[in-house]
Amino acid sequence: MPGLLGKKIGMTSIYTEDGRLVPVTVLEAGPCQVVDIKTEKRDGYSALKLGYGIRKEKHANKPQIEQYKKAGVDLPVKVKEFKSFDAAEFKIGDKILADLFKEGETVRVVGKSKGKGFQGVMRRHGFHGVGGRTHGQSDRERAPGSIGQSSYPSRVFKGTKMAGRMGQRQFTTGKLRVMRVIPDKNVILVKGAVPGSINSLVEIIK
Amino acid sequence: MDKLKEMVQDQFRTDLPEFKSGDRIRIFVRVVEGDKERLQPFEGDVISIRSSGNDKTFTVRKISSGVGVERIFPYNSPKIAKIEVVRQGKIRRAKLYYLRNLSGKAARIKDKNLR
Repeated sequence: MPGLLGKKIGMTSIYTEDGRLVPVTVLEAGPCQVVDIKTEKRDGYSALKLGYGIRKEKHANKPQIEQYKKAGVDLPVKVKEFKSFDAAEFKIGDKILADLFKEGETVRVVGKSKGKGFQGVMRRHGFHGVGGRTHGQSDRERAPGSIGQSSYPSRVFKGTKMAGRMGQRQFTTGKLRVMRVIPDKNVILVKGAVPGSINSLVEIIK
Repeated sequence: MDKLKEMVQDQFRTDLPEFKSGDRIRIFVRVVEGDKERLQPFEGDVISIRSSGNDKTFTVRKISSGVGVERIFPYNSPKIAKIEVVRQGKIRRAKLYYLRNLSGKAARIKDKNLR
Protein backbone atom coordinates (compact mmCIF):
# COMPACT_ATOMS: atom_id res chain seq x y z
CA MET A 1 0.00 0.00 0.00
CA PRO A 2 1.75 3.14 -1.10
CA GLY A 3 0.95 6.10 1.10
CA LEU A 4 2.12 9.40 2.43
CA LEU A 5 2.50 11.18 5.73
CA GLY A 6 0.65 14.41 6.18
CA LYS A 7 -1.25 16.77 8.40
CA LYS A 8 -4.92 17.40 9.03
CA ILE A 9 -5.78 20.98 8.15
CA GLY A 10 -9.49 20.94 8.98
CA MET A 11 -12.96 20.33 7.65
CA THR A 12 -15.11 22.23 5.22
CA SER A 13 -17.48 21.25 2.41
CA ILE A 14 -17.56 21.31 -1.35
CA TYR A 15 -20.29 21.23 -3.98
CA THR A 16 -20.32 18.38 -6.44
CA GLU A 17 -21.21 18.86 -10.07
CA ASP A 18 -24.83 17.95 -9.47
CA GLY A 19 -25.10 20.58 -6.74
CA ARG A 20 -24.87 18.44 -3.62
CA LEU A 21 -22.90 19.71 -0.64
CA VAL A 22 -20.38 17.14 0.54
CA PRO A 23 -18.43 17.34 3.83
CA VAL A 24 -14.69 17.05 3.28
CA THR A 25 -11.51 16.96 5.34
CA VAL A 26 -8.59 18.95 4.01
CA LEU A 27 -5.33 17.02 4.38
CA GLU A 28 -1.83 18.17 3.64
CA ALA A 29 -0.28 15.18 1.86
CA GLY A 30 3.46 15.40 1.83
CA PRO A 31 5.88 16.45 0.52
CA CYS A 32 7.53 13.32 1.82
CA GLN A 33 11.22 12.76 1.34
CA VAL A 34 12.67 9.30 0.81
CA VAL A 35 15.09 8.98 3.73
CA ASP A 36 15.99 5.33 3.29
CA ILE A 37 15.31 2.42 0.95
CA LYS A 38 15.02 -1.04 2.46
CA THR A 39 16.13 -3.73 0.06
CA GLU A 40 15.58 -7.45 -0.15
CA LYS A 41 19.31 -7.99 -0.12
CA ARG A 42 20.21 -5.84 2.89
CA ASP A 43 17.09 -5.95 5.07
CA GLY A 44 15.19 -8.99 3.86
CA TYR A 45 12.24 -6.96 2.62
CA SER A 46 11.59 -4.08 0.33
CA ALA A 47 10.13 -0.77 1.49
CA LEU A 48 10.50 2.97 1.28
CA LYS A 49 11.17 4.93 4.46
CA LEU A 50 9.47 8.31 4.12
CA GLY A 51 10.05 11.39 6.24
CA TYR A 52 7.61 14.24 6.65
CA GLY A 53 8.24 17.83 7.78
CA ILE A 54 11.43 19.51 8.88
CA ARG A 55 12.47 19.23 12.52
CA LYS A 56 14.79 21.77 14.12
CA GLU A 57 18.16 20.38 15.13
CA LYS A 58 17.69 21.45 18.74
CA HIS A 59 14.70 19.13 18.98
CA ALA A 60 16.60 16.03 17.84
CA ASN A 61 19.40 14.01 19.38
CA LYS A 62 22.85 13.69 17.85
CA PRO A 63 22.50 10.16 16.44
CA GLN A 64 19.34 11.24 14.62
CA ILE A 65 20.95 14.36 13.22
CA GLU A 66 23.99 12.42 11.99
CA GLN A 67 21.87 9.63 10.51
CA TYR A 68 19.91 11.95 8.28
CA LYS A 69 22.89 14.18 7.52
CA LYS A 70 24.73 11.12 6.23
CA ALA A 71 21.83 10.27 3.95
CA GLY A 72 21.73 13.88 2.80
CA VAL A 73 18.08 14.48 3.64
CA ASP A 74 16.13 16.92 5.83
CA LEU A 75 15.64 16.08 9.49
CA PRO A 76 12.05 14.75 9.48
CA VAL A 77 9.35 15.27 12.08
CA LYS A 78 7.97 11.80 11.48
CA VAL A 79 9.21 8.76 9.58
CA LYS A 80 7.31 5.72 8.43
CA GLU A 81 8.01 2.76 6.18
CA PHE A 82 5.69 2.06 3.30
CA LYS A 83 5.75 -1.23 1.43
CA SER A 84 4.68 -1.89 -2.15
CA PHE A 85 6.10 1.26 -3.56
CA ASP A 86 8.23 0.28 -6.52
CA ALA A 87 11.51 0.86 -4.72
CA ALA A 88 13.53 0.77 -7.91
CA GLU A 89 11.84 3.96 -9.13
CA PHE A 90 13.07 6.06 -6.22
CA LYS A 91 16.38 7.11 -4.78
CA ILE A 92 17.21 8.65 -1.42
CA GLY A 93 16.30 12.32 -1.28
CA ASP A 94 13.40 12.10 -3.75
CA LYS A 95 10.24 13.95 -2.81
CA ILE A 96 6.83 12.33 -3.15
CA LEU A 97 3.97 14.78 -3.55
CA ALA A 98 0.21 14.80 -3.21
CA ASP A 99 -0.24 13.91 -6.89
CA LEU A 100 0.29 10.30 -5.80
CA PHE A 101 -3.44 10.36 -5.19
CA LYS A 102 -6.10 10.68 -7.85
CA GLU A 103 -9.62 12.02 -7.68
CA GLY A 104 -12.23 9.33 -7.19
CA GLU A 105 -10.06 6.67 -5.59
CA THR A 106 -10.45 5.66 -1.96
CA VAL A 107 -7.86 5.99 0.78
CA ARG A 108 -7.44 5.01 4.40
CA VAL A 109 -6.35 7.60 6.94
CA VAL A 110 -4.60 6.66 10.18
CA GLY A 111 -4.42 9.20 12.97
CA LYS A 112 -4.44 9.67 16.70
CA SER A 113 -7.89 10.59 17.95
CA LYS A 114 -8.67 13.49 20.24
CA GLY A 115 -8.42 12.67 23.93
CA LYS A 116 -11.82 12.45 25.60
CA GLY A 117 -10.58 12.11 29.21
CA PHE A 118 -11.98 9.67 31.77
CA GLN A 119 -15.29 8.44 30.40
CA GLY A 120 -17.95 6.10 31.74
CA VAL A 121 -18.98 2.82 30.13
CA MET A 122 -21.94 4.29 28.26
CA ARG A 123 -19.82 6.65 26.25
CA ARG A 124 -16.67 4.55 26.12
CA HIS A 125 -18.16 1.16 25.25
CA GLY A 126 -21.75 1.92 24.28
CA PHE A 127 -23.35 0.24 27.33
CA HIS A 128 -27.02 0.97 27.85
CA GLY A 129 -26.95 1.72 31.57
CA VAL A 130 -28.74 -0.27 34.24
CA GLY A 131 -32.19 1.16 33.89
CA GLY A 132 -34.78 3.46 35.34
CA ARG A 133 -35.06 5.36 38.56
CA THR A 134 -37.81 3.26 40.13
CA HIS A 135 -37.81 -0.16 41.86
CA GLY A 136 -35.59 1.11 44.64
CA GLN A 137 -32.70 2.42 42.55
CA SER A 138 -31.93 6.07 42.57
CA ASP A 139 -28.51 6.60 40.96
CA ARG A 140 -27.86 3.65 38.62
CA GLU A 141 -28.89 5.12 35.30
CA ARG A 142 -25.40 5.17 33.76
CA ALA A 143 -23.89 2.31 35.80
CA PRO A 144 -22.11 -0.66 34.15
CA GLY A 145 -24.08 -3.32 36.07
CA SER A 146 -22.51 -6.52 37.32
CA ILE A 147 -18.90 -7.19 36.34
CA GLY A 148 -18.77 -10.83 37.45
CA GLN A 149 -20.31 -13.63 39.56
CA SER A 150 -19.68 -14.82 43.09
CA SER A 151 -18.62 -18.45 43.62
CA TYR A 152 -17.62 -19.00 40.01
CA PRO A 153 -15.48 -17.40 38.64
CA SER A 154 -15.08 -15.40 41.82
CA ARG A 155 -12.92 -12.89 40.00
CA VAL A 156 -13.24 -10.26 37.30
CA PHE A 157 -12.16 -11.42 33.86
CA LYS A 158 -9.26 -9.65 32.23
CA GLY A 159 -10.31 -7.19 29.57
CA THR A 160 -13.74 -6.56 31.11
CA LYS A 161 -15.04 -3.31 29.68
CA MET A 162 -15.00 -0.60 32.31
CA ALA A 163 -14.78 3.16 32.59
CA GLY A 164 -11.45 4.79 31.89
CA ARG A 165 -9.42 7.02 29.64
CA MET A 166 -10.90 7.32 26.19
CA GLY A 167 -9.44 8.56 22.93
CA GLN A 168 -5.89 9.65 22.18
CA ARG A 169 -5.16 6.35 20.51
CA GLN A 170 -4.63 5.29 16.95
CA PHE A 171 -7.66 4.93 14.74
CA THR A 172 -8.04 4.17 11.07
CA THR A 173 -10.82 5.54 8.93
CA GLY A 174 -11.25 3.56 5.77
CA LYS A 175 -12.82 4.03 2.34
CA LEU A 176 -12.53 7.79 2.22
CA ARG A 177 -13.13 9.03 -1.29
CA VAL A 178 -10.65 11.55 -2.66
CA MET A 179 -12.85 14.42 -3.83
CA ARG A 180 -10.14 16.74 -5.05
CA VAL A 181 -6.36 16.94 -5.39
CA ILE A 182 -4.61 20.33 -5.35
CA PRO A 183 -1.04 19.51 -6.40
CA ASP A 184 0.45 23.01 -6.14
CA LYS A 185 -0.58 23.26 -2.49
CA ASN A 186 0.12 19.58 -1.76
CA VAL A 187 -3.38 19.13 -0.47
CA ILE A 188 -6.05 16.51 -0.94
CA LEU A 189 -9.71 16.69 0.04
CA VAL A 190 -11.33 13.47 1.25
CA LYS A 191 -15.02 12.90 1.88
CA GLY A 192 -15.90 12.54 5.55
CA ALA A 193 -14.10 12.87 8.86
CA VAL A 194 -10.63 11.79 9.88
CA PRO A 195 -9.31 11.01 13.40
CA GLY A 196 -7.34 13.65 15.26
CA SER A 197 -7.34 17.34 15.90
CA ILE A 198 -6.37 20.11 13.50
CA ASN A 199 -2.61 20.08 12.77
CA SER A 200 -2.24 16.48 13.93
CA LEU A 201 -0.09 14.11 11.91
CA VAL A 202 -1.83 11.51 9.77
CA GLU A 203 -0.90 8.68 7.45
CA ILE A 204 -2.74 8.53 4.17
CA ILE A 205 -2.69 5.06 2.65
CA LYS A 206 -3.90 4.18 -0.80
CA MET B 1 -9.18 28.94 9.00
CA ASP B 2 -8.13 31.06 6.05
CA LYS B 3 -6.05 28.16 4.83
CA LEU B 4 -9.23 26.10 4.68
CA LYS B 5 -11.10 28.69 2.64
CA GLU B 6 -8.27 28.88 0.14
CA MET B 7 -8.84 25.27 -0.85
CA VAL B 8 -12.42 25.75 -1.96
CA GLN B 9 -12.21 29.39 -3.05
CA ASP B 10 -13.13 28.60 -6.63
CA GLN B 11 -16.61 27.55 -5.51
CA PHE B 12 -17.50 30.85 -3.84
CA ARG B 13 -20.37 32.79 -5.40
CA THR B 14 -19.42 36.34 -6.22
CA ASP B 15 -22.35 37.07 -8.51
CA LEU B 16 -24.97 37.33 -5.75
CA PRO B 17 -25.99 40.78 -4.46
CA GLU B 18 -25.03 41.83 -0.96
CA PHE B 19 -27.75 41.32 1.64
CA LYS B 20 -27.97 41.32 5.41
CA SER B 21 -30.18 40.04 8.17
CA GLY B 22 -33.53 41.80 8.08
CA ASP B 23 -33.55 42.27 4.33
CA ARG B 24 -36.42 40.91 2.29
CA ILE B 25 -35.02 38.92 -0.61
CA ARG B 26 -36.37 36.84 -3.45
CA ILE B 27 -34.40 33.70 -4.26
CA PHE B 28 -34.82 31.85 -7.54
CA VAL B 29 -34.12 28.17 -6.97
CA ARG B 30 -33.37 25.79 -9.80
CA VAL B 31 -35.90 22.97 -9.65
CA VAL B 32 -35.54 19.91 -11.87
CA GLU B 33 -38.81 18.24 -12.83
CA GLY B 34 -38.30 15.22 -15.02
CA ASP B 35 -35.85 16.48 -17.57
CA LYS B 36 -37.02 20.09 -17.45
CA GLU B 37 -35.55 22.77 -15.25
CA ARG B 38 -37.48 25.79 -14.01
CA LEU B 39 -36.93 28.60 -11.51
CA GLN B 40 -38.96 28.62 -8.33
CA PRO B 41 -39.02 31.90 -6.40
CA PHE B 42 -38.99 32.03 -2.62
CA GLU B 43 -39.50 35.44 -1.03
CA GLY B 44 -39.04 36.27 2.64
CA ASP B 45 -37.01 37.99 5.33
CA VAL B 46 -33.44 36.93 6.05
CA ILE B 47 -33.42 36.10 9.76
CA SER B 48 -29.93 34.61 10.07
CA ILE B 49 -26.64 34.35 8.21
CA ARG B 50 -24.20 31.91 9.71
CA SER B 51 -20.67 30.59 9.16
CA SER B 52 -18.34 31.55 6.35
CA GLY B 53 -16.57 30.01 3.41
CA ASN B 54 -18.31 27.13 1.71
CA ASP B 55 -20.31 26.30 4.85
CA LYS B 56 -22.10 29.67 4.85
CA THR B 57 -25.88 29.45 4.99
CA PHE B 58 -28.76 31.87 5.42
CA THR B 59 -32.28 31.37 6.71
CA VAL B 60 -35.25 32.98 5.02
CA ARG B 61 -38.62 33.24 6.77
CA LYS B 62 -41.96 33.99 5.21
CA ILE B 63 -45.59 33.64 6.19
CA SER B 64 -47.34 31.37 3.72
CA SER B 65 -51.12 31.30 4.09
CA GLY B 66 -50.91 31.98 7.80
CA VAL B 67 -48.15 29.48 8.51
CA GLY B 68 -44.56 30.50 9.13
CA VAL B 69 -42.17 28.84 6.67
CA GLU B 70 -38.39 28.91 7.02
CA ARG B 71 -35.91 27.71 4.49
CA ILE B 72 -32.16 27.41 4.96
CA PHE B 73 -30.07 27.98 1.83
CA PRO B 74 -26.38 27.18 1.42
CA TYR B 75 -24.94 30.49 0.23
CA ASN B 76 -22.63 29.12 -2.45
CA SER B 77 -25.08 26.55 -3.79
CA PRO B 78 -25.24 26.22 -7.57
CA LYS B 79 -28.98 25.57 -7.15
CA ILE B 80 -29.51 29.28 -6.49
CA ALA B 81 -30.02 30.87 -9.87
CA LYS B 82 -30.22 34.46 -8.65
CA ILE B 83 -31.20 36.62 -5.69
CA GLU B 84 -33.06 39.92 -5.71
CA VAL B 85 -33.04 42.26 -2.73
CA VAL B 86 -36.64 43.48 -2.40
CA ARG B 87 -36.06 45.91 0.47
CA GLN B 88 -33.58 46.55 3.23
CA GLY B 89 -34.69 46.22 6.83
CA LYS B 90 -33.76 48.27 9.87
CA ILE B 91 -32.85 45.88 12.64
CA ARG B 92 -30.83 45.86 15.87
CA ARG B 93 -29.52 42.33 15.99
CA ALA B 94 -27.98 39.84 13.57
CA LYS B 95 -30.24 36.90 14.36
CA LEU B 96 -33.95 37.62 14.18
CA TYR B 97 -35.23 34.45 15.83
CA TYR B 98 -37.59 36.55 17.96
CA LEU B 99 -39.80 36.93 14.90
CA ARG B 100 -40.89 33.32 15.38
CA ASN B 101 -42.74 34.29 18.54
CA LEU B 102 -44.47 37.26 16.95
CA SER B 103 -47.29 37.33 14.47
CA GLY B 104 -49.22 39.77 12.35
CA LYS B 105 -48.38 43.45 12.68
CA ALA B 106 -45.76 42.84 15.38
CA ALA B 107 -43.72 40.60 13.12
CA ARG B 108 -42.94 43.33 10.61
CA ILE B 109 -39.44 44.67 10.01
CA LYS B 110 -39.04 48.44 9.50
CA ASP B 111 -37.72 49.63 6.16
CA LYS B 112 -34.20 50.98 6.46
CA ASN B 113 -34.68 53.56 3.73
CA LEU B 114 -37.87 55.04 5.22
CA ARG B 115 -37.70 58.10 7.37
